[in-house]
Amino acid sequence: MVAQHATLRSKEEIMESLRKPEVITGSEILLRSLVLEDVECVFGYPGGAVLYIYDAMHGFSDFQHLLTRHEQGAIHAADGYARASGKVGVCIATSGPGATNLVTGIATAYMDSVPLVVITGNVATTLIGTDAFQEADITGITMPITKHSYLVRKAADLPRIIHEAFHIANTGRKGPVLIDIPKDVSAELALFEPVTEVSIRGYNPTVTPNKLQVDKMLKAITEAERPIVLAGGGVVYSGAHEELFEFIKKSGIPITTTLLGLGAFPSGEELWLGMPGMHGTYTANTSIQEADLLINIGARFDDRVTGKLSGFAPKAKIVHIDIDPAEIGKNVPTDIPIVGDVKSVLQMANKEVKYAEKADAWRAQLAASCKEKPYKYNDSEDELKPQWVIEMLYEETNGEAIVTTDVGQHQMWAAQYYKFNKPRSWVTSGGLGTMGFGFPSAIGAQMANQDRLVISINGDGGMQMCAQELAICAINNIPVKVVIINNQVLGMVRQWQELIYDNRYSHIDLSGSPDFVKLAEAYGVRGFRASNKEDARAVWQEAMNHPGPAVVEFVVRKHENVYPMVTQGSTIDQMLMGDTE
Amino acid sequence: MMKRHTVAVLVNDQPGVLQRVSGLFGRRGFNIESITVGTSEETGLSRMVIVTTGDDKMLEQVTKQLYKLIDVIKVVDLSANPMVGRELALIKVNADPGARPEILGVVETFRAAVVDIGTTSLMVQVVGDTDKIDAMIELMKPYGIRELSRTGVTAMVRGNAR
Repeated sequence: MVAQHATLRSKEEIMESLRKPEVITGSEILLRSLVLEDVECVFGYPGGAVLYIYDAMHGFSDFQHLLTRHEQGAIHAADGYARASGKVGVCIATSGPGATNLVTGIATAYMDSVPLVVITGNVATTLIGTDAFQEADITGITMPITKHSYLVRKAADLPRIIHEAFHIANTGRKGPVLIDIPKDVSAELALFEPVTEVSIRGYNPTVTPNKLQVDKMLKAITEAERPIVLAGGGVVYSGAHEELFEFIKKSGIPITTTLLGLGAFPSGEELWLGMPGMHGTYTANTSIQEADLLINIGARFDDRVTGKLSGFAPKAKIVHIDIDPAEIGKNVPTDIPIVGDVKSVLQMANKEVKYAEKADAWRAQLAASCKEKPYKYNDSEDELKPQWVIEMLYEETNGEAIVTTDVGQHQMWAAQYYKFNKPRSWVTSGGLGTMGFGFPSAIGAQMANQDRLVISINGDGGMQMCAQELAICAINNIPVKVVIINNQVLGMVRQWQELIYDNRYSHIDLSGSPDFVKLAEAYGVRGFRASNKEDARAVWQEAMNHPGPAVVEFVVRKHENVYPMVTQGSTIDQMLMGDTE
Repeated sequence: MMKRHTVAVLVNDQPGVLQRVSGLFGRRGFNIESITVGTSEETGLSRMVIVTTGDDKMLEQVTKQLYKLIDVIKVVDLSANPMVGRELALIKVNADPGARPEILGVVETFRAAVVDIGTTSLMVQVVGDTDKIDAMIELMKPYGIRELSRTGVTAMVRGNAR
């Protein structure tokens, strides 16, 4: 199941040939600089303003370029690549419509702190500001959704700008950085000299925490009777999962992991309470409300986690660990703020952390609650239940797959019923909730992990937002297994209309969707369908045995809801539990 | 408690930096009463002075969010210290020959200056803190203000502090 690639030169050979100073075009400077940043794969789509760049890529094989079928596919793929690898994702698009097609993907990455370098072409500097053909002020348009952006004025600036962009994207609180290159700049000749150092006066993220603050947290742990850790995506991004594991084992504090934090702590461990928030576990939500000490590690108190803010964790002293000082105190007043990289903070804490001795009764209470109230659903022998499908996928893959999802009910069921034990095995659009993200992000995740199984779980709605990227799976033999949980409606919207809008189902019927099996086959990808348990397991095994990409459609019960559910305006312990009680 | 805050922001003198800063205020729901930008004591850096209203929590968020911008070097809450805040206004006011002595009296009292004279108008330049400018404008209103232009506040902390 290894994707096919062009033969690449050895890294040493490449680096040696690229480091020598030379007068070359802006486009060649760009490509060399990308290779020197250790870029292996970029996703892109050519057009008028990037023709010089694509001309320089003709016959170029020092990194791979995947031609997607839409710029949205390119940026979500770059995003999936970054989330699954920890490296910076790179994509290229032309000016105007090409660049604006990236906006959703840039916002997705920004909300979830994903490091991307986004390269767009622009019209020539002489035409900027004239409403020239395919001109758009993309740095202006994306200013609120990028960590930083550059409009390049001279080819000679490119080596520095590209090096800075990678540094900014992948340090501190990570995020997307945009580099807009006018067409004449990509053609301009300049002396290329590799830049290896970076000095940005206004940018010095605080990595090492203040020891006094960490000591305050350690003291609070020894005093707490009902402590809890809320861990988020920051643990994954900082590569701190081992430190988190040690911290939890040493302190004995029960832990809940947010949607983006899934995989940061092994789900099979006794102290893990599941996910908190709108579709979180009963135990995670009630424990937050009962806790007397809440240690937030790299999560941002999103409203999907906190529910009604004024009633969130009402009894708890709050510790908040984050590399972004602006997150501390933004939503929830903090008693002990700790600014720093999660890994550094936990390394410092682990040297002295003591077991929370007073919390014995609490641990026992939560362990009992986890047993008593796990996620559950009423299974059926007549209809395929989506939750069962996810459980089956988990069993059949031994929980070893990288799972990407789209957005909606299937996303929540995947979060609830697929158990994650490793970081970077779970790729999902949390902050922005971007439909169309699931499938192309899996292509990126597979490019970053060519020896691992990558499953993309989608709804029938989101799949139709980027289905065209099946072509690049087929052409490049990228062996992603695409799951479609087909309930023939926009399920999460239907759930809200049922529960909050008094069953007034408005424009959610997706009948008229294509035959997904035929759609897959039209692109040259194997397609499978199942609508009962027996077939479901059988077609899944067949799809797994197929060495290339495959689409597996599971036709599931239409009227199935995600529970538990906290409706907006409620505190998180006010959960609708559905009909399983 | 809602208060008026005067914040100085030292930024890289880059194209688009004003848009980054003012855009941040807009989309985060922070109010800008006035914003002034000019060169600073150091080549390549500009100093913005922003007057905003809000409570202390909001000011803390403003400061933290500003620091997230790569082009922002330093943010100082000037109003936390004794400071000098000044703005300049040009007021073009109706001034028939009969009314001029009265207007000149006000100008003198405010240590303002007449910087242009038309056949039926005077242009008055006044420099001072916001309250002084407001008061001057109030006094000019009865004569009929034809045109008014204010620069917004620029400010510095008093004494040796930088």
